[in-house]
Amino acid sequence: MPDILQIKNVSKKYSNHVALNDVSLNIAEKAVFGLLGPNGAGKTSLIRIINQITGPDSGEIFFKGEKLTQKHVERIGYLPEERGLYKKMSVGDQVLYLAQLKGLSKAEAKKRLTYWFEKFEMQSWWKKKIEELSKGMQQKVQFIVTVIHEPELLILDEPFSGFDPINAQLIKNEILELRKKGATVIFSTHNMGSVEELCDNIALINKSEKILDGSVKEIRKANRTNTYKISFKGNLLGFTNALWTGGEILEKHTEDDIHSVTLKLTPGVSGTQLLQAILPICEIHSFNELIPSMNDIFIMKVNQGNGAVGTQSNYTE
Amino acid sequence: MRKIRLIIGREIKSKLKNKTFIIMTILAPLLITGFLAFMIKMTQSEKTEQNVLVIDDSQLFKDKLVGNDYISLSFTNQKLEKAVGEFTEKGYSCLLWISPTVVEGGAGAIKLFYKKSPGFAFQTYVKDQMERIIYESKLKANNIDPNIISNSKQSIKIILEKVNDKGSTQEQASFGLFGFLTGALMFMFILMYGMMVFRSVMEEKTNRIVEVIVSSVKPFELMLGKIIGVAILGTIQFLIMGLITFILTTALSAIFLKDASSQLKVFETQQELVKKNGTNVNFNELEKFDDKLELFDLLKKLQKIDFVEVFICFILYFIGGYLFYSSIMAAIGSAVDSESDSQQFITPVMIPLMIGYFIATKTIMDPDSSTVFWGSIIPFTSPIVMMSRITNGVPMWELLLSLSILFVSFIFTTWMAGKIYRTGILMYGKKTSWREIGKWLFYK
Repeated sequence: MPDILQIKNVSKKYSNHVALNDVSLNIAEKAVFGLLGPNGAGKTSLIRIINQITGPDSGEIFFKGEKLTQKHVERIGYLPEERGLYKKMSVGDQVLYLAQLKGLSKAEAKKRLTYWFEKFEMQSWWKKKIEELSKGMQQKVQFIVTVIHEPELLILDEPFSGFDPINAQLIKNEILELRKKGATVIFSTHNMGSVEELCDNIALINKSEKILDGSVKEIRKANRTNTYKISFKGNLLGFTNALWTGGEILEKHTEDDIHSVTLKLTPGVSGTQLLQAILPICEIHSFNELIPSMNDIFIMKVNQGNGAVGTQSNYTE
Repeated sequence: MRKIRLIIGREIKSKLKNKTFIIMTILAPLLITGFLAFMIKMTQSEKTEQNVLVIDDSQLFKDKLVGNDYISLSFTNQKLEKAVGEFTEKGYSCLLWISPTVVEGGAGAIKLFYKKSPGFAFQTYVKDQMERIIYESKLKANNIDPNIISNSKQSIKIILEKVNDKGSTQEQASFGLFGFLTGALMFMFILMYGMMVFRSVMEEKTNRIVEVIVSSVKPFELMLGKIIGVAILGTIQFLIMGLITFILTTALSAIFLKDASSQLKVFETQQELVKKNGTNVNFNELEKFDDKLELFDLLKKLQKIDFVEVFICFILYFIGGYLFYSSIMAAIGSAVDSESDSQQFITPVMIPLMIGYFIATKTIMDPDSSTVFWGSIIPFTSPIVMMSRITNGVPMWELLLSLSILFVSFIFTTWMAGKIYRTGILMYGKKTSWREIGKWLFYK
């Protein structure tokens, strides 16, 4: 898949801190890209540079191979984290105005607005002022504003904050549908659950630097820690003996003579070897490899970058 | 360009829907004309019908003290004590009693009894006449012809003539008050529309819609669209207010000043006659206009003002001054986060405007002082101060210098404001300081 966006060695400095330090990223077309990182890592700075709200101090950005310029803004849709609408302006006028700013003609904007209003069943809102709508309703209007000009690149900064679960699901489905239609989505969030659900690729930014990027599947695979969770009926002591030096038990738990054990295998020992060793001595109920979630990887990588000690045991031993 | 047009359009539409804006546009001219009507009314003395009973115990005033259009005097020989009890029942509005010793003066020599106050104009009218009669009778008693005295009295008037560059002279209107009023109006307009820009910028920032907008247009375009939008709005409002004021004042002068202009002509011919002949042949004719002197003065001054020049300068200085200040206002509007923070930033901008206003008050008394001159050149105060000077006749080179400085400065402030604005609108949750704003100027 070709890249819709190539970010090359972008740096941005403010008077008292560095927001981005030599960040390079490639964002593949027609996929959902997760831009992750703790607060203050530089995500919003990067997004603003892509939207040309601010300029980088150094580095370049290419949109489909062309150097990014002001003419590209009409092909980008942006939902900022700090978002809002004119409180006193009617919903219809407002969306029409913002759509025209994105380059649509008035007639075209009207046509598309009618489509979206029907889709979200909000035809009756046209003349209402924003301040008369509930927060969730405002968010729907905001989402329409972001996508009405059918952007090729959609940038969503914390899109689910403020949505109730039903509306959040609605928006999630819309995002996936837009991707199916060929849009690329950049998606900045702290919500790791939605990352696994939606993202194809991610980049992790911490302290102004990119510390990790790649496809979600591969990253999770690469961060496997050879940890398994086994539930069985039988003798716990026998189990421990069978394990011998093949691994270390991290956690055990017994309920109604069923033992649950979480263990980490010694490097070089595989899951199959473990199974073979314990099969003769106990009745196995479940056997799972614990692949780290994006949440775990996020915390691990960020702490690693920050030099925290507490969670190091997770990966060094 | 299309985007700036859209922004301008929205700015104008959103304000036109605002009820306060519409009410202001209509109410302001009403207030201005109301104020004008009040001033004219004040220059005209009140005339209520007075039917006065006079008891002249000095026997000095019979046939000499006379009434006029609205004052009628009837002399009687009744006793004072009796008359005091009866005069209202007999249809008189007041009773004037003159003691036999009036010539010697002293308190209580003349008394006026009334139930409803006859007003100041009536008192002055009677008092002036009686003083003259006593004066003349005293002269006669000393065998002096009163005509000699009145012929030797000559009233003078100072006529101000300013020498212009070509060496010719020209009578000056010197209507300082009018100049001050246009200066004050300029102050009001700049402040009002500057604040409008400030609010509009702050509204977008606190609404958090600004980041959505600047992802479609450049921040500078957004700011420019806003400033131009409010400028167009201001011009429309100014023209509407001007039109309403013009209609109202025309109607007003038709009512109040119907005869005044023609009377002024008569008055001036009489004055010329008096000057030429040096006699008091037309004394009574002139005296008839005594209560109109202030009004005539006002009229004469108004006739001398070149309203077209004032109007053109007002528009030019409004545009320059507005653009100068509104771009500063836009910059600080982008820097503040909440209404409560805004005061500390607006005050420093208000100060030069206020100084301009005070220099304008100084112009009334001392139009050629160096403070006034520099005030009308420096762009922070020039729109206000120059307007207050304009009726005094300002040399062309000063006007051109002041206007070019103003227009160059506004390009500079707009450029600077653009830099601050761009960073400011996206800064949240931080308390902004002037130092911080200074740093924004240098961000890339």
